[in-house]
Amino acid sequence: MNLNIALKVNDRDNVATIFAEVKAGTKVEVRDKKGNSETITVAGDIPYGNKIALFNIHIGKQIYKYGEEIGVATQEIKKGDYVHVHNLDSIRGRGDL
Amino acid sequence: MDFMGYIRKDGKVGARNHVAVIPSVVCANDVAQAIVAQVQNAVGYFHHQGCCQLPPDLDRVTDTLIGLGCSPNVGAALVVSLGCEGTDTECLLKAIEKTGKPVEVICIQELGGTSHAIAAGINAAQKLSIGISGFRREPVDISNAVMAIKCGASDATSGMASNCVLGYVADKVVDLGGTVIFGETTEFIGAEHILVRRAKTPDIGQKILNIVNRMESRAKSLGCDMRRGQPTPGNIAGGLSSIEEKSLGAIVKSGTKKIEGVMEYADMVIDHKGLWIKDTPGREPEILTGMACTGAQCMLFSTGRGAPQGFPTMPVLKICGNPNTYERMMHDMDVNAGRIIIGESTIEQVGEETFDFMLRVLSGETTKNETIKYFGSMDIYTLGPVI
Repeated sequence: MNLNIALKVNDRDNVATIFAEVKAGTKVEVRDKKGNSETITVAGDIPYGNKIALFNIHIGKQIYKYGEEIGVATQEIKKGDYVHVHNLDSIRGRGDL
Repeated sequence: MDFMGYIRKDGKVGARNHVAVIPSVVCANDVAQAIVAQVQNAVGYFHHQGCCQLPPDLDRVTDTLIGLGCSPNVGAALVVSLGCEGTDTECLLKAIEKTGKPVEVICIQELGGTSHAIAAGINAAQKLSIGISGFRREPVDISNAVMAIKCGASDATSGMASNCVLGYVADKVVDLGGTVIFGETTEFIGAEHILVRRAKTPDIGQKILNIVNRMESRAKSLGCDMRRGQPTPGNIAGGLSSIEEKSLGAIVKSGTKKIEGVMEYADMVIDHKGLWIKDTPGREPEILTGMACTGAQCMLFSTGRGAPQGFPTMPVLKICGNPNTYERMMHDMDVNAGRIIIGESTIEQVGEETFDFMLRVLSGETTKNETIKYFGSMDIYTLGPVI
């Protein structure tokens, strides 16, 4: 069976983007630009175009996509977890802080 | 590399040949709409500014309308004045006349009100329309092209497919001697360090940081988290978690070339060549106007969730990164860059296809939004309050 593909854009990234709607417990194949791949079991239901964690990410630590910082973890994130606004906080444009 | 364009008296080259009906103030919109509805090849700039604003904003509205009227895609212009607006109608007329194109003005208060103004405006626009109807296209080099680029209603496919296509085309147009303008300063936030590295000089790098700081300070001034404003709920549903993530995907559309400088919102292209930044917000009505008043003959617009709108005088080519959106909205989307996401095509293949399509559009082929006249919602980006 063909696995859904998740794309890791840059070597530094700790998240990958899945271009499919994926249910918790399914396996996805994470690919990078060099052709390396790794199979990861996703821990939550993930909508099209959203992200999963490729590593455990501690609370307060940076989350990287495109090799650049896209925010910080607001919870302990486990490998395979869904990463989005519920556990990732933007640090820019924050007039509330 | 050529396209077929209208060579104007001021040496600029147009991809369209419209009569622009220009209300000098929001209060003239209804009269302008009636004129546009009646006259072949007339289009209107129905903005909402021009009165009870602070002088810098009134100047900006005048300058923006000058840029729109001077656009090489406009063959002739009719200014519709109310008679008591805060914009400088005289200055607007003189600036457009200087390009050598025919310009007329009607004033609603002087003509005795709405119905008289509509009749006079139809007569004036009819004459202008007939006057430019015989203009013919001629072959011109692609270096005459001024291409605007933008992304809107983005999702996670934008930064990985459609913006990559725009970046490919942007690099190609710069290599061929043309001009490329990108903006959306809000969507530099979190990615500005990458743009600064591409600035031609340290001064230009500093200018980029200044416009980002200015935009971010304005966003923070209400004391809240800017999420929901940027990224939008649609961006978030599409997988973009933060402005940083959105920005990093957004700047991909600017390609890889050196950044030659930073233009202010109402600035026009004079002898600018290569890749330029224009300080604009991300929202469509205001940025499309800002880009059209630059003198851009066309815009490449990348989308993931499906943004349908265009602009009255500037054809907007929709490059869709999401294959599902393309299927659902194929009557709004011009190019399917979703093929990159599903592995059917490469960025280069879709980039070449988009470049060829752009040459056809510059030569007269209409885009989807243009053909169904989805281009009415425009506005001018102002900074201060309405008072």
